[in-house]
Amino acid sequence: MSVNITMKVNGKSVTAAVEASTTLVEFIREHLRLTGTHVGCNTSQCGACTVHVNGRAVKSCNMLVAQAQGADVMTIEGLAAANGDMHPMQAAFKEHHGLQCGFCTPGMVMSACELKGKVTNPSDQEIRACLDGNICRCTGYQNIVTSVKAGLAAMS
Amino acid sequence: MNAFELHQPKDLASAATLAGGGGDLRFLAGGQSILASMKLGLASPDAMIDLSLIPDMKAITVAGGVVKIGAMAKHADVAANADVKKAIPALADLAGGIGDRQVRNMGTIGGSLANSDPAACYPAAALGLGAMIHTNKRNIAADSFFLGLYETALDAGEIITAVSFPVPEKAAYVKFKNSASRFALVGVFVSKGAQGVRVAVTGAASCAFRATALETALANSWTAAACNAVKMSADNLNGDLHASAEYRAHLIPVIAGRAAAAAK
Repeated sequence: MSVNITMKVNGKSVTAAVEASTTLVEFIREHLRLTGTHVGCNTSQCGACTVHVNGRAVKSCNMLVAQAQGADVMTIEGLAAANGDMHPMQAAFKEHHGLQCGFCTPGMVMSACELKGKVTNPSDQEIRACLDGNICRCTGYQNIVTSVKAGLAAMS
Repeated sequence: MNAFELHQPKDLASAATLAGGGGDLRFLAGGQSILASMKLGLASPDAMIDLSLIPDMKAITVAGGVVKIGAMAKHADVAANADVKKAIPALADLAGGIGDRQVRNMGTIGGSLANSDPAACYPAAALGLGAMIHTNKRNIAADSFFLGLYETALDAGEIITAVSFPVPEKAAYVKFKNSASRFALVGVFVSKGAQGVRVAVTGAASCAFRATALETALANSWTAAACNAVKMSADNLNGDLHASAEYRAHLIPVIAGRAAAAAK
């Protein structure tokens, strides 16, 4: 069964007819060709596929695209400024080398951005708790925590 | 996942009508359990009925000593709600500890209760507070709602609309997490209020249940020591590669004791 989808992705209106079983991440990667959002586990464990739906961080592998009907979706591609300047969180990850292989990074950055306004001057431990939905299998958490702390400070 | 027909009704009556259509129908609330099950082939419905476009299913109100939460309220909304935090802090804490951040942004209380996962957190709160579960047909007391592994008192096609939690004098929920899945290896919700002392356990058996021996112990003496003096039988408890039934039996009074000490 095909369903008609209308939503905004990174500020642009998108309409499409897709199979009802299409997940949001399949739609983002395979229909829109926005491949910055990664599929790590595809079982809702790792968080590499994290995007924002109406400002909230969600795992796009674990929702149907139809559940984002009419929503405002933001992917990693939507973070940087129009002129290419990195978002403060992206810049912080670059500055502090908050990655090793980089596969989990888009999800980490999207999760971290959602923390703005929800935590104030978080401790390292609080940042780790807030990233409970994202796994880095290089285990490079030290620099990720440093990056998130710096990114949140730059965003405030 | 296999193909299915998707319905997105805009009101409860339409959803109920669609649900009477026969075949393997599943409701879609937040989808945080069912979609993963469908990918694994554990569920393969012919049709899904998405409840997210139905208005008035997300409201959270606190009035007359009752916290009433709409079935489609998300865990993150319950966790962050100032009125819930004030009235039943244990309930807000529980919601804020379910799964992970992204799951809490999608998962719903109605979906969690209807799923009756043996290790889910919300069933412990419903039983531990003596909640009333409202559906489109009737009201079901939490005590008669959870029947077994992924099994509830809901009829086919029956839809949870909201859940009412009486505000207790004090309560707490403590979860001993499976560190990989973050589900409860053992989770215990304790409360003291108009319905007396209630102790509900999740993660340890086929579904959440009340531990009456612990209720008696805490009614006599609200202390961790009183809990620790209770010996739980391992009969009918879950054993798996993460923990034996005996280990879970040992954990239940220990975690209940921690919850009693933390209750506020």
